[in-house]
Amino acid sequence: MRLPSRIRPPRLTLARSLGFVLLAAVVLALVSEALSSYNDLQLANGAYYFAVLAGLTLLTGLSGQISLGHGALMAVGAYTVALLIGNEHWPVLPALIAAVLTSAVVGVLVGAAATRLRGPYLAGVTLAFAVGLPALAGKYPSTFGGANGLVINPPTSPSWLGQSFPLERWEAWIACAGALVVLFAIYNLVHSAVGRSLQAVRDDEIAASLCGLRVARLQTLAFVVSAACAGLAGGLLTLVLQLAAPGAFTLGLSLALLTGVVLGGLGSILGAIWGAALLVLLPIWSNDIAHAFSFSTNVTNNLPLAIYGLVLILAMLLWPSGLQGALGLLGLRVSTSLKNRASTRYPVGGAGQERAAARRGGASPPQGREEEEVR
Amino acid sequence: MDWHAPTWGSEGVTKFIDLTLNGISTGAVYAAVALALVLIWRATRIVNFAQGAMFMFTTFIASAVIDSGGSYWLGFAVALACGFVLGALVERIVIRRVEGGPPLNAVIVALGLLILLEAIAGMIWGNTPRSFPPAFSIRGYEIGGTRVLFAPNDTFTVLVVIGTALALRALFQRTKLGLQMRAAAFQPEVARMLGVRVGRMLTLGWALAALVGSLAGVLIAPSVFVGPNQFDPLLVFGFTAAIIGGLDRPEGAAVGGVLLGLVLSYVSGYEGASLVTLAALVLLVVVLMIRPGGLFSSTRERQV
Repeated sequence: MRLPSRIRPPRLTLARSLGFVLLAAVVLALVSEALSSYNDLQLANGAYYFAVLAGLTLLTGLSGQISLGHGALMAVGAYTVALLIGNEHWPVLPALIAAVLTSAVVGVLVGAAATRLRGPYLAGVTLAFAVGLPALAGKYPSTFGGANGLVINPPTSPSWLGQSFPLERWEAWIACAGALVVLFAIYNLVHSAVGRSLQAVRDDEIAASLCGLRVARLQTLAFVVSAACAGLAGGLLTLVLQLAAPGAFTLGLSLALLTGVVLGGLGSILGAIWGAALLVLLPIWSNDIAHAFSFSTNVTNNLPLAIYGLVLILAMLLWPSGLQGALGLLGLRVSTSLKNRASTRYPVGGAGQERAAARRGGASPPQGREEEEVR
Repeated sequence: MDWHAPTWGSEGVTKFIDLTLNGISTGAVYAAVALALVLIWRATRIVNFAQGAMFMFTTFIASAVIDSGGSYWLGFAVALACGFVLGALVERIVIRRVEGGPPLNAVIVALGLLILLEAIAGMIWGNTPRSFPPAFSIRGYEIGGTRVLFAPNDTFTVLVVIGTALALRALFQRTKLGLQMRAAAFQPEVARMLGVRVGRMLTLGWALAALVGSLAGVLIAPSVFVGPNQFDPLLVFGFTAAIIGGLDRPEGAAVGGVLLGLVLSYVSGYEGASLVTLAALVLLVVVLMIRPGGLFSSTRERQV
C-alpha cells in the first residue's frame, strides 16, 4: 500500500521543502486572486480539510491507528478560537496557536488511552468521543452557547492589502497558510527518524520494541500530532465560518474525514490533498447533479446523499488503495507502455507484468485477490 | 455546584425502579443490535456500520405493510424476512469483494452502504419520521396503586431478545450448521478442505445478523419513530454495547447492552438527557481501561 523507501521520490531536505512550501504559497495566493469569492471560500474549506486529513494520514497511514473522533478534536480547536477571539479579543495567530495546544492536550489524553486499544475497540472509543464531546456544548450553554454555538466577528484583513480586499480571499489566505504549515510539519515528520519509527511500530510492534523503540510513546505522539492538526483545522473552520456550533461537529464530520483520508489514498500526503478536494467538491457536484433533473422533492433532497454513498462503495471496490494509489497505478501503466513501445527487444509485458510492477511500486492490488483465486 | 443527592423517599424509590426497568427494556434493544454486530464481526471481522441503515430499511418496510392494512404481526414477519434477504444480498454483492482486504476499506464500504440506504429510504418514504405501532399496550403495569414505567410491550421486547439470544446460542453450540458457521469464521482454509461451503456460511452469517438487527429495529421503532436517520444513535449505542462486552462474545453483547441501557437510563433520569452520549463515552473508557478487549475478553491486552 505504501511506497517502499527505495522507490520513494528523493526526499527533500528541510530547506528545500521550505522552498517548496513558499512556492506553493505564492501559487495559492495567485490562484486565490483569480477565483471568485465563492470559490475562495471553497479553497478555504479545502485548506482546513487538508490540515486535518494530513494529520489523519500520519495517524492512520503511518502509525496504523484508526480514529473516528477527529471531528470532536476539530471542535476543541474551533471552540478554543471562538472563545479566545469572541470573549478575550485575542488576535488570530495566538488564538490559532492556543487551539493547536488545547487540542494537543486533549490528544494526549485520548492518545494515551488509545495505545492500549486495537482496531475496532479504538474505533469504538473514538466514535463515542465524537458523539459524546459535542454534548458538552449543550450542558454548559452559558460558556459554549448551547445548540446555537458561538459567533465571532469576521477576521479583518491588514490595511496594506487595501480596503476592497475581499473577506473570502483573506479567509482563504489564512486557511491556506495553516494548511501549508501542516504540510511542512507533516512532510518533514514523515521523512524523519520519528516517521520511520512510526512505520516500524505499525508493521510489527514486537520487532519495533525489540529495536528499542518506545511503542506506546510513539503511538501517543502520532495521536497528539494528528490532534494538533485537527485543532488547527477546527480553529481555521471557525475563522472561515465565523461560527463554532455543535451542529458542525457531528459524527458525520468525523466519518467524512475518515472517508476522505481513505478515498484520497491512505498514508500519502498527496492523498490528503485529493481527499480534501473530494470532501469539498463531491457534495457540490452531487447537489448540482440532483438539481439538474426535475425529480420529486424527496428524490432531489436525497439524491446527493445517494450519490455520495455510491461513490464511497464504488471507489473502494475499484481503487482499494485510494485515488493516489489509482493514479500511481495509472502512471506505472503509462510508463510501462511507453517503455514497451520504445524497446522492441523485450516482449510486451501485459497485465501480469503490470501487476508485478504495481506490487513493487506500492499501489497495492486488493489484498484479498489471492484468496479469491483460491476460492 | 448545585447537585442534589437523589431523595430516597417513596418517590425516589419509585423513580429508581422506573429508571431501572426502563434501562432494562432499552438495554435489551441495545443488546440485540450489539448481537447483530458481534455475529458479523465473528464471521467476517468487519464492523458493520451499515447495520443501522439496514434495520431502518426493514422497519420502514414493516411500517409500509402495516399502513397498507396488514396486521402488526404480518409487518413483523415481513421485516424479519426482508432483513434476512437484505443481509445475504449485501454480503454477496458488496462485502464479499472487500473481505480479507484492508479493514478500513470494509469500514468505508459499510459507511457508503449506510449513506446509500438512508438516502434510498428518504427517496421512497420521505425524511419526516413517522410513528410505528407497538406490539402490545405501552401503558405501564400497575403495582400497589402506582403505575411503573414498564409495560406489556417492554416485557415482550425483553422476552424476544432473550429468546433470540438463546436460539442463536443453540444454533451455534448444538447444530451441525452452527458448527460449520463457526468453522468457516475461525479457520476458513481448513473448513473449506473439510467440505464446508465457506462463502455460503459467511452469507448466512450476515443474513442471520441482519435478521437480528431488523428485530431490534421493529422493537425500538414505537419509541423512536421510523425515519431515515432515526436509528443512528441506536447503532452507536449498540456498537458501544458490543465493545463493552467484547466483540467476540455474544454473551458480552447481551451484558454490555443491558449495562449500557441501565447506565444511560440513570444518567438521563438524574442528570438530564443531554449527558447521555457523554455517559456512554465515560462508561466505555472506564471498561476498556480495565479490560482493553471488553468485559468478556479472553485475549490478553495489547502489550505496551
